[in-house]
Order: sequence, then structure tokens, then C-alpha cells
Amino acid sequence: MSEWVKSERQVERERVRRSRARRSASIATASTIVFIVLVVWGITSSPGWPRVRETFFDGEQFVAALPDVLEGFLLNIRIFLISEVLILAIGLLVALARGIRTPAFFPIRALATLYTDVFRGVPTILVIYLIGFGLPALKLQGIPSDKATLGIIALTLSYGAYVAEVFRSGIESVHPSQVAAARSLGLSHLKTMRFVVVPQATRRVVPPLLNDFVSLQKDTALVATIGPLEALRQAQMHTFNTFDYTPYLAAALIFILLTIPMARLTDHLAARTRRRRGA
Amino acid sequence: MAVRPLMLLAVALAVVGCAPVDDTATTAAPTTSTACTKEQLSLLTPGKLTIGTDKPAFEPWFKDDDPSNGQGFESAVAFAVAGELGFDRSEVQWSTVKFDAAFAPGDKQFDFDINQVSITPQRAEAVDFSKGYYTVKQAVVVSEKGKYAGAKSLAELKDAKIGVQVGTTSFNAVRDVIKPADDPDVFNDQIDVVTALKNDQVDAVVVDLPTAFYVTAAQVENSKILGQFSSTGGTPEEFGLVMEKGSALKPCVDKAVDALKSKGELAKIEQQWLGSAAGAPELR
Repeated sequence: MSEWVKSERQVERERVRRSRARRSASIATASTIVFIVLVVWGITSSPGWPRVRETFFDGEQFVAALPDVLEGFLLNIRIFLISEVLILAIGLLVALARGIRTPAFFPIRALATLYTDVFRGVPTILVIYLIGFGLPALKLQGIPSDKATLGIIALTLSYGAYVAEVFRSGIESVHPSQVAAARSLGLSHLKTMRFVVVPQATRRVVPPLLNDFVSLQKDTALVATIGPLEALRQAQMHTFNTFDYTPYLAAALIFILLTIPMARLTDHLAARTRRRRGA
Repeated sequence: MAVRPLMLLAVALAVVGCAPVDDTATTAAPTTSTACTKEQLSLLTPGKLTIGTDKPAFEPWFKDDDPSNGQGFESAVAFAVAGELGFDRSEVQWSTVKFDAAFAPGDKQFDFDINQVSITPQRAEAVDFSKGYYTVKQAVVVSEKGKYAGAKSLAELKDAKIGVQVGTTSFNAVRDVIKPADDPDVFNDQIDVVTALKNDQVDAVVVDLPTAFYVTAAQVENSKILGQFSSTGGTPEEFGLVMEKGSALKPCVDKAVDALKSKGELAKIEQQWLGSAAGAPELR
């Protein structure tokens, strides 16, 4: 048998495909360039631009502020990592508590509902104030005096309520037949949850959870209101010293650098879930 | 599919299309004639002098959170400057300007802003300052029962947890002069600084001297002023009125401040509202 050769038609087909791909690529490139040029031109030709460039894009100020902002950012990361773990635990517990149907445990269920209602409704900054200034004002023994710790408690309370709702939606999305099947196999309610429902639920809620955590990363900046020197506060102090806003830009960049990988990870996980479902 | 690039273009055009709100006087203000009569001043609202300050406005700088009542040091100074420029009290209007809005680029909501802003060369690159109207000293306030109540020198405060308000030169004073082992805590408001002291969350707070007297007298029971110190080594730290960079008003405001100084008017106002803020021991 002679070696397989592409038919003329196939060759032609591939040529057309290639040229189409080239064409769309060049159109995309051109339109991107036109878009960017128009936007840049529009901004830089505005009458206030020199002043804006001076106040927001001052290279010297950027370099001067960056070390302090980075140092502050370590605190953001610490707050973020610790509260994330706590939030997951609290969120799951509260979600499970809300699912309890045994009459005797009604108070627990009511408490869990009250918790999510209250802490989702109260602005995070107020929770931080209440915990940050309110708890120490009690002057009780054993209340942490470290402000970052107080901030972690406040963020955990606030975000725990959100995450509990995310978990609950995941748990409720597991089809009742799964529970029925587990119960008919003789698993107790607890075991049904542990081995059947929660594993499926968790997989489904990973993208929204990561979304909440991206938001948490930014909200660590709110902890600054009760004292500690985190990234945004460091930037703010440089700004107030020099009356130049560039340090804020430095802080923004650092926050973005942290949230972008997180966002891509979310996308990746969502895509994987889609693939696994065979869609 | 052709819709998308078109939409992108539309967005780009819309961005460009935000026609620049060009006010004719963006470039450096014309060097004005030195005549500072009310009619010749270029003002935000013609015929009215608009003065900015933050809200809440704290004592002893203002009284009852109402800058327009003429009470409190800065309110009195502002009305005195206005008077020098030829405005009577009914021709002065106040606008609320957050601390960081006072130096934001773009149109200002005030002719001048009075908000205990210390003059520094770096800041002067972004805004115009009038001549100083008050020479400020920093002061350390501690709880009478706290472990630093007996401190006699700044060196003894090295290990103290210190609270300051953001945006104040008190932070620089702490960092450069006291140099504590721990970073100071920085709060948004004077109220938060005071709360932290009340709660014993900080061992000491550093505020300007007149504020320190108000804190000890009215805000925190059983607190006392350890003493005062200068935040800068050499040149005294002064509060100045903030104006837009290149403000045509500056020479006139400067003249007014100078006139108030030479007539002894400023000293009188200071005596009236900050008179008690004199004798605190010098800390070194």
C-alpha cells in the first residue's frame, strides 16, 4: 500500500482554516491596538493629566513606598491565611447545624440561622470595630490584645456567615436520592453527611468559596481601622506624608498580584468540574 | 460576531468621548496684582469665601462640631483671615472636606482649608500652604494608672505601645523621635485613638499639644500629659492653610496671616482658645 497522502480537498481545507485563523488573529490584534491607543490618548490628552500623572504615577514615590507597603502586606497575608482556615471550619459547622431537623436540636438550628442573618447583614467594618474596640473594652481576662488577632476574629465572624450559606447551598444541591440511598444502607444522619453529602457538596462549592476568599483578601485591609499597620495603611501614611497618591497604587498592585492567581485557580477548577461532568 | 469589536470600539470612543471638562484656568494662575480686595479675588463662589474643614471638627480647634460658630481656635483664625480679606461673617461659607480630599488633584471644594495641616516641604509640592498660623508641639498622653505614668523621658517610652492618628505628623514624631521597638498603632480618627487609650489597648498616645489638653480634660478620665516634645529636630512645625497648587489666593492669604500676626491678633486668639495649652514639661 502506498503511503497515505492528504487529499487535495483536505489540503485546501487546512489552508482555508489557517488563513481564517490568521485573519481573525490579525483583526483581534488590530482592534486591541486601536482600543488601547484610543483609551491612552483619551486619558493623556485630558487637561488634568499632568497633575494626575504627578499625583498617581510618580515613580519615585512608588519606589519609596514599596518596601513599607510590602512589609505591611505580610500582615495581610497572615490575617488572610489564618482566618481562611477558621472560616472554612465555622462555615461548614454552621451550614450543618442549619440542616439539623431533629426537634430537640431546634435551639442550635435557630442559633445558626440567627448567626448567618446577623453577620451577613452587618457591614464588615462595623464587626471589626465592635470586636476591635468592644471586646478589649470589656477588660476581661484572656481576651487577646493583639489587634491582628482581633481582626482575624472579626473577619472570621463576618465571612463565616457567607461561607456557611455557600456550604448550605452546596449541601442542598445534593439530590435527595443520595440521602435516601445512604439512609437505606443503614448510615446514620451524621455518617450520611460525612461520607455522602458533604464530599459532593464541597466539590460543587469550591468556585464560589474561592470567590469569597478573593474578597476576603481585599477585606483584610479593613483591619487597619483598629490599629495594625497593614499594606493599605502603610500606603495611606506615605500618601498623607507626601500628599501623593502613588503609594495607593503600589498597594493596589500588590493586592492584584495576589488575587489574580486565585482567580485563575477558580477558573481552572470550574473548568475541571465542567469537564468531569462531561459537558 | 462582528458585534463585539464594534462594541469595544464604542467603549473606547465613549472613554475618549468623555469630553474634558475644561475649566479655562487650569494652567498656572495668573500672577495677580497684589491688590487683595474682595472683588478681585478669584473665588469658588463669587462674593463668598468658602472654607473647608473635616467633619467631625474636634475641640479645641472647633466647638460643638460647628465650624461656622466662630468658636474654637481654627474657626476663630479662619474668620479672622476672612475679615482681613474683607469678608464679614455672613460672606463666609463652610464646606466639609475630608483630610485626604484637601490634597486630591482636581477641582477643590474650598478657597482655603483649615484642618491642622502641618506644613512640610514634600506636601508643599502638591498644594500651596499659607504662612504658618500656629506652631505646634507634640505631646504624650498616658493613663495615670498605666505603667508609663512615671516616665520622665522619651527614652523610657521605647517599649511602650503607642497610638497615633493617621495623617498626623504625630506618627512621624513617634517614628523619628521616640523610635519605639514596636510599630505604633495607627487609627482613622482621633476618637479611635482616644478609645484605644481608654481600653488600655495602647500604653500611650501621641497627639498635638492642644489636643492633648482636650483629651486629658474632657475625653479620657485619669489620663495625663507626660510632656511635650518637638517632632522635628530644627525648624518648628507649623500649621498652615491649604490652598490649591498655584492658587491665586495665596499671596492675599499670606498677607492676611502676616497682618494678624503683627497686630497680635493671632496671639490673642491662641490665648483665648488654646491658652491652657502652655505649661507641659519638655520631654527629651
